[in-house]
Order: sequence, then structure tokens, then C-alpha cells
Amino acid sequence: MSSDKPTKPAKARRKSASASNHINDAEAKALAHHVEAAKTTYGRGQQIRTKSVKDKKLRANLKVLESKNKESALQAKNAEILLDNSAGLLEPEHELERTYKVRQDEIRQDVGIETAKKAFELRLGDLGPYQFDFTRNGRDLLLGGLKGHVASFDWRQGKLGCELNLNETVRDIAYLHSSQMFAVAQKKNVYVYAGDGVELHNLKKHVEATHLQFLPYHFLLASVSSTGVLRYTDVSTGAMIYEQSTKLGPPTAFCQNPRNAILHVGHQKGTVTLWSPNSSTPLAKLLTNSGPVRAMSIDRSGRYFVAGGQDRKVSIWDIRNFKELRSFHLRQPASTVSISDRNLTAVGWGTQISIYNSDIFSHTPSDDVKIPAPYMAWGGEGNTISRVKFCPFEDVLGISHSRGYSSILVPGSGEPNPDSLESGTNPFETTRQRQEAEVHALLEKLQPEMISLDPNFIGNLDLASEEQRRKERDLDSKKEDRIERLKKKGRGRNSALKKYLRKSGQRNVIDEEKVRAREALSRMDKREVAKVQKLRREYGPALERFASKSG
Amino acid sequence: MKIKALSRSASSAQAPGSNVTRLSRNLDPDVHPFERAREYTRALNATKVERMFAQPFLASFEPGHVDGVYSFAKDPNSLEHFASGSGDGIVKLWDLTTREELWQAQAHENMVKGMCWTRQKQLITCGADRTIKLFDPYSTASKSRPTATWLGQGAFNSVSHHRSLPSFAAASSNISIYDVSRASGTPVQTLTWPTATDTVNAVSFNQSETSILGSCATDRAVILYDLRTNSPLHRNVLTFACNTLEWNPMEPFNFAVGSEDHNAYVFDMRNMKRALNVLKGHVAAVMSLDWSPTGEELITGSYDRSVRIWERAKGHARDVYHTKRMQRVFSVAWSPDSNYVLSGSDDGNVRLWRARASQRQGVKSYALRQKEEYDASLKQRYSHMPEIRRIQRHRHLPNVVKKAGEIKAEELKSIKRREENERRHTKKGKVRRTAEREKVILAREQ
Repeated sequence: MSSDKPTKPAKARRKSASASNHINDAEAKALAHHVEAAKTTYGRGQQIRTKSVKDKKLRANLKVLESKNKESALQAKNAEILLDNSAGLLEPEHELERTYKVRQDEIRQDVGIETAKKAFELRLGDLGPYQFDFTRNGRDLLLGGLKGHVASFDWRQGKLGCELNLNETVRDIAYLHSSQMFAVAQKKNVYVYAGDGVELHNLKKHVEATHLQFLPYHFLLASVSSTGVLRYTDVSTGAMIYEQSTKLGPPTAFCQNPRNAILHVGHQKGTVTLWSPNSSTPLAKLLTNSGPVRAMSIDRSGRYFVAGGQDRKVSIWDIRNFKELRSFHLRQPASTVSISDRNLTAVGWGTQISIYNSDIFSHTPSDDVKIPAPYMAWGGEGNTISRVKFCPFEDVLGISHSRGYSSILVPGSGEPNPDSLESGTNPFETTRQRQEAEVHALLEKLQPEMISLDPNFIGNLDLASEEQRRKERDLDSKKEDRIERLKKKGRGRNSALKKYLRKSGQRNVIDEEKVRAREALSRMDKREVAKVQKLRREYGPALERFASKSG
Repeated sequence: MKIKALSRSASSAQAPGSNVTRLSRNLDPDVHPFERAREYTRALNATKVERMFAQPFLASFEPGHVDGVYSFAKDPNSLEHFASGSGDGIVKLWDLTTREELWQAQAHENMVKGMCWTRQKQLITCGADRTIKLFDPYSTASKSRPTATWLGQGAFNSVSHHRSLPSFAAASSNISIYDVSRASGTPVQTLTWPTATDTVNAVSFNQSETSILGSCATDRAVILYDLRTNSPLHRNVLTFACNTLEWNPMEPFNFAVGSEDHNAYVFDMRNMKRALNVLKGHVAAVMSLDWSPTGEELITGSYDRSVRIWERAKGHARDVYHTKRMQRVFSVAWSPDSNYVLSGSDDGNVRLWRARASQRQGVKSYALRQKEEYDASLKQRYSHMPEIRRIQRHRHLPNVVKKAGEIKAEELKSIKRREENERRHTKKGKVRRTAEREKVILAREQ
């Protein structure tokens, strides 16, 4: 009895405690989830394990840094409730509805008048096919027809900036940092025009450019020419930064990675090369298609890379670790691809456009569906599509085709919340703001040396050991003899020497190292043969069949 | 089908009829690419701007002294008054805000070697003419006679007033404690180390631990006295003689000395086995030294015609100030509001400098203050980057100083090499390396 009495209330207490624990658990879980979500979107990469750091001061500093990072990520996550707009959407209300069956006129009826006005069509006659470009804030549109018709205008207000008839082939056009300047790849050179159409510069060194790209944070205008030469010009100083032949013939596609400013060049043989102005060779070569690569695009966060080729294949890559996620075939080769800020992918093929949602990026190996169902579709009116591009900060897709330009509404494509303090991306910027932003952007211009596959390498510690660095500094030191090292590594069919000879390629090139390797190999073989013969003699006629190289 | 498309009206960014635009933010990292590279560029720009705005020299006080300025005394009761004493015996009182001379007097026949203020805002001066004089600069006219005079045995080098008592210490061949109220009297107390014979260069009362008195002498000794016990605490012989001794205003147990061996040393009086820090950089003897009121920084004036500013815990100078016309600096002071520093040199000028060369006083807008804070943290974060470090560290030095520095480095290197060679050729463990901070202490007597 005496032992029973105290147990009962204890049990009851435990029960109530577990109930409150349950609530706490749910709260704690929600909180942990929130923190985790903050870390994934706003975090600064992997945490440093401070416990294993031995230096007291360093540990304290790192701890402060870590807590600051965590705090800032959380605050950024909490600040999400201050965002003004939410993204657009197109959702089926029951199972039988399909989003790709929705026509443009239906969308125009359902959205507000102001938004419906953003869908329009420009019939530009037979000066096309047209290329076009948006400014980074999506306010201005630059059109360039193959036969020399160029126009820059504020497309929502219909305010014309300039209209030129160049009477010369226009291969590509691109806005520079703002609507006040744009570059046109003409028949021979690249020209830079002011927003009002005055010719500012003739970039004589950019000969026969076929594609243009502008890197807004580095103020670099890159062109790739019909002979396959890649050139970078700093438009703030006018200096030519880099000129290098890709050595892969006329390029077929050109795009930039907005995360790390690496340029991708598509080639005739289905390869894509990645270039930075800091190396004379491509940083990477990808084989995306088995025919010419016709269209490429990279998403805003620099994760996904979509390439469409003449072989009708569209291949989707995780470009951070160079792996193909999936691929599918279209009925006709893709001529142009664009990825929106919210990861919708528009692919133009023939006279059609298919827009896929971000599900195509999620890799599902057991996927039976070979061709993903599109999110939206457009076209089929007999106009050959030449370029598609999503308008930044709007639910609008710009399409240029053989007969002009069409702008269609694609709900859910645009980033709903622009940051007005990020230079060049404020859709409502005033003249004063544009001028101010231009000055700041120029002050913060990134140097071409900062372009690298990992954009966050700046400020990292060089982990090469002191010994290694001393070795590199010492010009008199003897070079390591590779052949001597290889000679020691294994024998037989897969010996290091053989592997080296096999992998070094180009049998018709004679270089000293290879000759030495061959000699070493033949000497090794001879020695082995001699060894076997010697063993045979030793074993005698009855046992000589047991003599082997391995002895 | 649910359809919703973005519609952002222009009036959401700027209300009709208003000229104020609304700024919307989006902190998504994808909207702000190249974070590191851009921060680094900003840090680099901030560093460059800092160097561009680095204009330390503000003004020199007019009319200056006819002879070199050999002593300073800040009025501890005032933010804007200080006195300077010159080689021809003239003492001047200056106003920092207007940069005007308030008062002057012919105090001594030749050099004014030391000065200090009493609690009653009177000025005590001592000189090489074996006298100590008391002036009342706030209530008497210029060129008036001293209110009191004390005659000593030898030339006086330095005076220091007690924090609360009406007495002061004067250094000649020994340290004499005088009573201010007993004009023209003999010293109340005389402090000497029994074996010491040489002249005392500097004497300084600790202003927080008020009965502690520090002194340094030409026989290379730093001696601390406690007035309560009437006997010296301990005597430390350094490798070179010191010219000046100053107590840290915020950490009453720490003091700094400026030495003839071109270095300044920070000591903890409780543990005199080693220096707390060695401040290296001057290429000639350190003639004078002063702490900032925060106790975090020091300023030294040297025989090499430059003034250097140090952070207490760092080994190298934060900044070096010099001008073409500035001669050997015999006196320095940090202004009581900690924003300015003063230097008095052989050429008779008293110069006013900024304590932080690129900082500007005056009211700043909120935006500017925020920008400065942001820049400071960026600079701190990327301070390890070679380019930023190079720009931050670079100072233009007079050719003579630079050359002398190079020669000195070469000499020190050869001494070090010689020591290493000796060590290599003696039995292992026989000759031990001594820490740089311990090297300075030669001997210690209790």
C-alpha cells in the first residue's frame, strides 16, 4: 500500500508530462524544420565543425561566424513574410484537365486587363527571322532582324527607344548593362549602339561574330565567331581581355551560366565546351548530343543545363557535377531553349513551343515516361521559331519567329519579387536610380580573374603545403622523371608504362618522353623473356612448361 | 482551371503623385549572384578609399615656438587645453579647438624639460636651469612671473603630479617629492635606489593606483616606487636606457616605456620578467610616448622624425606620420577626446594630427554611418587577402627612414644569423633561444 500511493500520482504526472512533451515535440519539430529550410535556402554552405579546432582564438572566431551565419539565414527566412507578390500559377481543378490544353485567349480572359495587355504580337514583315533580348529588369526589348532591322523599345509602355535599318546582316544582339547600350553582331564586326540608336563603338576585333553574350557583373561582352574564336571585351574600358580559338569549328550555340559567368559554347559534333577568360583550354567538355548542339540554356541558380541538338535530343544536365539527369527526344530538333527564373523550360522546335515545368529536372531513373508532358504549348501556325526567352520578373515568354515577335503569357514563370537594390534588376527603376545603380555597378565590377567554376573560391585559403609552393617557386629544381616512376609500377598487360602509352594518344606525335617510355617498355619485355628462358634452362626439359614470367 | 498571372502595377512601386519610390527586397541568394566576389570587390574599394582619405595632418599651432618643443602637458581637467615647453625656456598654453595661443611665459633660462598640471589648474614646469616653477596660466596675464619657485641641486628632467595629493615628483639625479603648498621649500621626500648613481630621465605617477611612481634612468634601470612604504619596489635593468615612461590610463598595472633601442615596450608591473609587448618599427630612439585615453592605443615620437601609432597588443605600427619639415619628435600627446594626436618637434612646431588618418569628424548621416560600419566589417573579413593587406599596410616613408629601416633589418638579421651559428656549434641545449619579450630585461633587483 505504502508503495502504491506515491506511484499513482507519478504515473498521472508522467502522462500529463508526455502530453505536454508531445506538444513541445511538435513545436520543436516545426522549429527545426523552419531552421532547416532557412539553412537550405539562405545558408552559407556546410557548417564548420568548431569542436575539432584546437586553436582557442580561431575556435572562438569560427563559433561567432557560424552563429552569425545561422542567425542571418533565419532572419532572411523570417523576412519572407515581407515579400510583396506571390508567383503566378496554372493549376488543373480536376483530373481530366490538362494545363497544356489551355489556350492563350483563355488565359488572357482570366487575368487582369493590365496583364492581358502583355500578350501581344508584332508582325514585322519579311525582315526576319528575328533575334531579341530583354534588359535584366525585363523592361526593354531589343529586336534584331537578320536583314538589318534593329529596334529597342519599352515593350509595356510601347515607348520606342530607337529603330535602325542597318542594311547589313544582323546575326545576334544583346543589351549591355542597361537599356542605354546594346551590341549588335553585324556582318563583319560587332557594333555598340546607344539606347537612342547612335553608333558608339565598332569593335573591330570581334570579327564575324555569330553569337553574343554579356556578363553583367563583369562588364564583359563575349562573342564567338563563325570561325570558332571566342573573344571577351571589357565594355567599361574597351580592352580586349581574351581571344582564343575553340578549335572546334563554327559554333552552333552560346549561353552563359548566370551563377558563375562561365560561357558554354555548343559545337557541330555535339560537344559543349565551358570557357572562362582565365584558361586557354576549355574548363570542361560535355558530350550532350550526337549532332550539332542547336540550343542551350542554364537556370538562374546555375544548377541545370538544358541542351537541344539536331539529333532531336534534349538533354538535361546537373552542371555542377557534370552529370546528365535525363534526356528525351522531340519530334523535330530544338532550335531554342530558355529557362525561366522559376525553372520553367521553354523549348522551341520547328513551329512549336513546349514549356515544361521544373519536374523535368528531378531525376527519376525508373521513369517509364520517355517524353515528359509539357506544362504549356504554343505555336503550330507555320512560323518557324528562332528564339524564345522568358521576360525577367514577368509571366511572359517572348518568342521571335520568321514573321516577327510574339509575347505570350506563361503563368508561374517569372520571379514575383524583384530586389530593387540589386543593380539592373529593378523593373520600376527611375532614371536617377538607373544612373546611381550604374555607378555602383561599375565600382563593384568584378575582375575577369574572378570567373571560375566555383564562384565562391575568393577568400579561400590556399591549402597547398609550403613545401609544394617552395617547389613551384624553385625554378632550378629537377623535374620529376615520370618515366622512372612509371617503370617501378607493375608489369604485364596493364603496366603503368603501357597505360601511359595508351592514354597519351596521338601515335603520330613523337615526343621525348614517349620515346623513352617505349624504350623502357621494350627493355622490360626483353628482360622478362630472358628471365623465362633462364628459368626454362634451370627447370630442365621435363619441367620447362612451368617456367613463367611470374616465376 | 485556376489561372493567376503576375500583375505588378507601377503604382505599387511609386504611389501616384508621390516622388518616393518603394524599395522591395528579396534576399534569395539566386537573385544576388557572385556574393563573395562582390563583397571582396567592395572590401577592396573600401580599403582604397580609406587610403585615399588618409590625410592625417590637420594643422600646426601658430605662432609656434622659436626653439624645439621638448615637453607637453595636457590639462587633465580640460578637453581643450594643453601646454608646450620649448628649448628657449618659453612655455605656451594652447587651445585645441581654436588652435590659438592663450598664454605664454618665459619659464626657464634654457630648455623646459618637463611639465605637469596640478589639481588647481596650475602649471608646474621644470628645466635644465635647476629650477621648478609654478605658474597660474588661467588667472594671470601672459609673461607674468611664477607663483612659486623651487631650487634643486641639479638639472630637472621630468615632473609628475600626484592624482589627489598636492605633491609632485621631480626627477634629477634622484627623485624628489615636493609639496605644492609649501612654496620654495625643500623636498618632502627623496627617493633613490641605493646603488643607482645616474640621472633619472623620466618619472610618472600612476593616476589610478595613486601612490605608485615609475621612473627610468640613464643607467638603463626602470624603478618602481611605492610612496606608502617609502621604499622602492623593484629595479629592472633593461638592455638600453629609456627616455620616457607612461602608465596605461585604463589598466593601472600596465605601463609603456620608450627606449633608446628604437623600440617601445609595454610592461605589467606585477610581472616584470618579460614585456607584455614589444613595439618595433622606429629606426631611432623613441623620445616620447603617450597612451590614448581608451588605453587601447599608443603614440610614440622618435628621433627618426616620425610619429607612430600602435595598437596595444600588436607588434607593428598602425600608422606612421611624418612631414617634410618635421624634425626630431621630442614630445607627443593623445588628445583627451581620443580623436586627435599632437606632436612637438625640434623645428619648434606643435602639430595636430588625426588619430585615425582617414576618419572625419562632424555629423554624419545615418546612411553614411551604416556604410562605414559595413565597410569596416568587410575590410575585417577580407583583411587576409593579399591585395587588401598590401594596400592597407603600405605607407610612404621618407627615404632616410626607409633606408635606415632596411639597414637595421639587415643588421638584425646578421646578429640573428650569428646567434644561430653559435647555437649550431655548441652542445645541444646549452644555448637556449630567449623570447623576444624576455630579451629586454637584463637584470632584476627587489
